[in-house]
Amino acid sequence: MNNGKRMGGFTLILIGIIAGIVLWGGFNTAMEATNTEEFCISCHEMEQAVYQELQDTIHFSNRTGVRATCPDCHVPKEWIHKIIRKIKASNELYHKMLGTIDTVEKFEEKRLELAQNVWKEMKDTDSRECRNCHNFDSMDFDRQAERSADRHDEAIDAGYTCIDCHKGIAHSLPAGYDPANDLPGEAEE
Amino acid sequence: MGLLMNSQLIYRAMMENEMKKTILVMMAAVLTLFFTASAMSEVMSLRGNSDLNAMAEKPAKKTVQSIKGGIARSYKLQPPMVPHTTDKYEINLKNNGCMKCHSEKTYKKEKSPKVGDSHYVTRDGKTQSTISSRRYFCNQCHATQMGAEPLVKNMFEGVK
Repeated sequence: MNNGKRMGGFTLILIGIIAGIVLWGGFNTAMEATNTEEFCISCHEMEQAVYQELQDTIHFSNRTGVRATCPDCHVPKEWIHKIIRKIKASNELYHKMLGTIDTVEKFEEKRLELAQNVWKEMKDTDSRECRNCHNFDSMDFDRQAERSADRHDEAIDAGYTCIDCHKGIAHSLPAGYDPANDLPGEAEE
Repeated sequence: MGLLMNSQLIYRAMMENEMKKTILVMMAAVLTLFFTASAMSEVMSLRGNSDLNAMAEKPAKKTVQSIKGGIARSYKLQPPMVPHTTDKYEINLKNNGCMKCHSEKTYKKEKSPKVGDSHYVTRDGKTQSTISSRRYFCNQCHATQMGAEPLVKNMFEGVK
């Protein structure tokens, strides 16, 4: 009798563990599925504007054949930050349904605002997504152009973050944005 | 018989005429061949002296040069050549990537040459605070350099 009860409890725990693994695995698999370039550009909003521009840049095609896809720069790697970003993305789904930027023209009109949102987020996180690949510690200044090396040196001293200077490197800059008015350390946004 | 003789004579005369023509044409052909051959031995194609059915010699791959201190001008008022790569900078309706460093506001900080004053003047002679639209597309005049040798050797020397 006693033995049977113990067996029952053991089975329950076992079922719980298996169900947990399956559900958790399923959840993560589903989340990863939304974390691919294929998923991002399945919406024409992404495919027709920003994806086209990405293809001309060094993050798409380069000497070494390393490619950064949409989520590499726009979705955090760390789990908790990733979940927060994914929850925030529900706002994007809402606007997708409203058709807020369903033409390239509408997108261009909103572009400055949208770009500034991304820039602000990157600034606030100290360009966390850039630093998944790029780090001052692993930069060999001797292998950089002199101008780049000088500016990176200056950036370390002044505590600049990647996005302070590197705006519009993977997509075109928005109309109405003048880099001359946004020099790091001189003009505050 | 008389009729036959007559037609034979006419035939022979015709043949002689044909022969003369053929000889003339052949002589002309030989002469033409001779002259073209002698001319061809002097003129070389820009792609080199490789056979038509052979692969042309592969030119060396060149990349855009970065030259510190810039490139000296070859004549007065020459648009200065670009001594660095420009593939990362866009020039389009919305933005002009060159002006990130070469504009009035940024050239000092970036230690880069400033866009010439003439570039702010419109065709009506008015001076603007932003670059004139007729000077907007920098790479129409300012070119990056690959360090390629001229295809035809020449004696050109720039003004010093």
